[in-house]
Amino acid sequence: MQTAPMHSVGTSLNACIKCNICTSYCPVSEVTDSFPGPKYAAPQSERFRDFGHPHYEDAYGPISRPLAVGQMPDASVDYCSGCRVCNEVCPTGVRIAEINARARARIVAAHGLSLRNRLLGRNELLGRVGSIAPAIANFILHNPVSRKLAAALFGVAEKAPLPRWHHETLNRWLARTRAQRLRSERKVVYFHGCATQYYEPYVGMAAILVLEHLGYEVVVPPQNCCGLPMLSNGEFGAAEDHHRRNVDRLAEYVDAGYPVIGTSTSCTLTLKEEAPELLDLERDPGTRALKLATWDIFEWLRERLDQGQLPSDLRPVNQTDQPFILPYHAPCQLRAHRIGKPALDLLAQIPGLDLRESHARCCGIAGTYGYKTEKYQIAMDVGAELFDYVAAQADESDLSSNGSVSLTACDSETCRWQLEHGTGLPSRHPIELLAAAYGLYDLQARRPAAGN
Amino acid sequence: MKRMQTEILVIGGGATGTGVAWDAALRGFRTILVEKRDLTHGTTGRYHGLLHSGARYVLKDADSAVECISENRILRRTHTHCIEDTSGFFVATPEDEDDYPDRFVAACRRLNIPCTEIPAQAALRREPLLNPRISRVFELPDAAADSFLATHATAQAARQAGAKLLPYHELTRLHLSGGDGNRTVTGATVLDTVSGEDLRIDADLVINAAGAWSGQVAALAGVEVKMILGKGVMLATNARLTNTVINRCKMPGDGDILVPIHTVSVIGTTDERVAAPEDLPIEQWEIDLMLTEGDKLVPGLSSSRILRAWAGVRPLYQETQQSGEPTHDSGDSQPQELPEQASPLDSRDATRALALLNHQQRDGVRGLITITGGKWTTFRLMAESAVDAACEQLGVSRPCRTAETAVPGVEQGHYWLGHRLNEVEDEELQSELICECELVTRSMLEGAAQRNPTVTLDDLRRDVRLGMGPCQGGFCTYRAVGILHELRAGDSSPVAAEWNVAHMQSPAHHHRDRSETEVHAAGAELASDPAPDDDSPQRSAAVDPLSAVSQPNLLLRDFLQERWKGVAPILWGQQLRQERLDELIYLSILNADHLPVDDRESPLSSFYRSDSSLSGSGL
Repeated sequence: MQTAPMHSVGTSLNACIKCNICTSYCPVSEVTDSFPGPKYAAPQSERFRDFGHPHYEDAYGPISRPLAVGQMPDASVDYCSGCRVCNEVCPTGVRIAEINARARARIVAAHGLSLRNRLLGRNELLGRVGSIAPAIANFILHNPVSRKLAAALFGVAEKAPLPRWHHETLNRWLARTRAQRLRSERKVVYFHGCATQYYEPYVGMAAILVLEHLGYEVVVPPQNCCGLPMLSNGEFGAAEDHHRRNVDRLAEYVDAGYPVIGTSTSCTLTLKEEAPELLDLERDPGTRALKLATWDIFEWLRERLDQGQLPSDLRPVNQTDQPFILPYHAPCQLRAHRIGKPALDLLAQIPGLDLRESHARCCGIAGTYGYKTEKYQIAMDVGAELFDYVAAQADESDLSSNGSVSLTACDSETCRWQLEHGTGLPSRHPIELLAAAYGLYDLQARRPAAGN
Repeated sequence: MKRMQTEILVIGGGATGTGVAWDAALRGFRTILVEKRDLTHGTTGRYHGLLHSGARYVLKDADSAVECISENRILRRTHTHCIEDTSGFFVATPEDEDDYPDRFVAACRRLNIPCTEIPAQAALRREPLLNPRISRVFELPDAAADSFLATHATAQAARQAGAKLLPYHELTRLHLSGGDGNRTVTGATVLDTVSGEDLRIDADLVINAAGAWSGQVAALAGVEVKMILGKGVMLATNARLTNTVINRCKMPGDGDILVPIHTVSVIGTTDERVAAPEDLPIEQWEIDLMLTEGDKLVPGLSSSRILRAWAGVRPLYQETQQSGEPTHDSGDSQPQELPEQASPLDSRDATRALALLNHQQRDGVRGLITITGGKWTTFRLMAESAVDAACEQLGVSRPCRTAETAVPGVEQGHYWLGHRLNEVEDEELQSELICECELVTRSMLEGAAQRNPTVTLDDLRRDVRLGMGPCQGGFCTYRAVGILHELRAGDSSPVAAEWNVAHMQSPAHHHRDRSETEVHAAGAELASDPAPDDDSPQRSAAVDPLSAVSQPNLLLRDFLQERWKGVAPILWGQQLRQERLDELIYLSILNADHLPVDDRESPLSSFYRSDSSLSGSGL
């Protein structure tokens, strides 16, 4: 018999020493009474929920109860945003956010899922449908009347920062530019995620241009949603179907030893950890192989940097001589990778960039959390810490130099949208900055630079 | 010396004694019960919490099995809210005899104990942590019982029927009249251990329901009752491993029961003959054995977090030839108590059936009845037998009513695990929590302290599960001490409101209740109480701010010591990490081992310290 791994979700309940550090850091319980706090919701309440707990593994994997059995005595756990700040600060390794996610899944199994949460989990489907006719879709979604209706009928917060469909999906751009793509012996797989495919294909373009600049051929195989929005909304069955499909679709590349590189920190976290853990798939060979092959793009680029393989032709991204002040926020989902903040290491290579690292806990949006009417204000209140930080950088710059803050940077898409919503400043993925510094990308227009 | 008079005096405030007081009072006897500590402080409060279906004993002890299934059915009606209807599995593991299951089924059928075989795969779906190598599974009506709550509920019912219950009153003397061969017990002297005052109680009849202490009580009347004291060690896990009671389908042995009780699973037990009822060392081999055997039921149990270990003593009794012709030569009784000598039985083999000793017929001593043996499950039947015998001696005929009388609180239905979490959630009481692990709110604590005699924090633990969770008192002890001190300093608690335990474990009830009492005058409660007369003298002493037991430092020290006793034997892994944090809180921050009450003693201080083997062993 093998002992349970340190991060097995159910087992980790036993590691709680009640110290309250998670409670004192939780950004959600700080701003609302609706969420009673991570210690209360996870290791404490879990002992009162009607389940036995997995605490060992046998040859077939971790043992746990079927999710739908039993009666759920509490509902406030649904107010956990899943930001994982608690996991980050826990001194004993309790998988607090995951315990909460599983509890939410049991609520869903017992009481069903609202149409809104089902839709929010279907990010990929929405993306695909909208991109049939992006202009019409944007008009339908982004007018005051339909936002009021969506709020009233479905509970989608009226002011929450919904994305816009791009006129061209990443796949169509790839097809159109097939002839210009680099062919090489050295290959990487790019996992774009749904937001890049349908809303922000330019993030994918920037990533592909940078990877090609390093001399790698970028393979973009058919892929689907990583399943995270479904995991976040407690729809574990559908999430598992999506995850297993990705495992199958990427298997031949993973087996061939290609790294799977993603620009969406939450998608890569799901492939690396969330799906294996929450769905008890840690012993599934395909899941395990994909988990080990998956990289956050900056995690992978930092390896290249460390090995002296990074091209050094980086130029300042701003045209003037003034310092370019860039507040950078490492999103919670990236911090959950436990890889440090690799984007900072890379951005630091760009000349003339005055990087300001935010230590705010969370932007508040937490995937689909801030899109729900009942949670919108909580998300904004949580994000205030970050918005204030960004504002302070601008103020300071006004006093001390001629520089100004014109952009923020953040690795995660929904966090960027929330940052833009909360600060009024445009936000960029760090890969866009790196691509711009290589002269491959137009940072303002968000498209490949002329000639690329 | 204060003096009281009664018809029936009950010695012992465990399940049996409290049941006897309830039964006797319902039959119209004036009844007083004395208990040397808190109710359930003895074996009742130290058992694993199993409401037996009787199946465990079908092949070994058919009398006990029949008693168990009959009482199982009755207690589900009379003590509904004290029972969680978990159901029970008897599972055959690869190590168990092949033919036992078939004999087991036949015996269950013969004794009319409902037993259904279910496919092992179905059982594993319900209890995925069970050993996947089990071959056969039988489902029986076992259940989990809260012996603290059940006893307090019985006590309240007894009190409502007119009985007087005196915890913290220790029997020091039995009074006898008449000469040899014609002796009669006429009453007792008891010591109020809180105030230090003696109390003389004259009684027509004394019922000895002192469980493991029965031999000592009988000895005070010059009667020899040779108890077979079987110590059992149990371990509690941090969270439940199963939601069904799990028994091995084999002849009863060590470590073959796993009971889900409240938030934990309890694995038990050993069965070691001991010389004295407070001789409760927890040996390393016993812990190891529980873990090894536990792994056979739920593989990996041994690597799960263990919260604490404790031991209880079974009060077993088996009449032997020599006790038919009793000798009163107390000089040689001591060596005979030792397990190695003169013991016809191993305690594992002793019957679990109840034993009623009518000392008038047995020993020629009138006015004394001993009721012992049995199981927690059969406490009501034991009480019925004892009071039947009492009626006979007193020459009256009054039928027993306990089987048809529900105790206060049954309308709440069976207990379910999510109960507290659900109520805290509904009433938004999260910020009111004092014991966070077991979800004890401030008003629950105050309610228990005001409505149930409270001398130590350990009494509150038994009432509301204070300090019974993962941190073992780390975060609630100092909070609870402060609240208790505030209550006593204010002395605002109306004495007559005590002993109302129906909703003692309900966060919502206490919350609403407190809101109401803040509006109404305290007098409303007074009027509804049936027996507020010359009430518990220990109560006034307990609230006297000058009394030693009211010293908050003493409360703190005693409770920490009590919790430490149970943690010390299992101090490894995650619980060790917890204790390190608790140590930092109490010893490093609060300097709790240098309190200004170091020289003071509560009635329990010595008991908490008595197990000196623990603090020294293995360190």
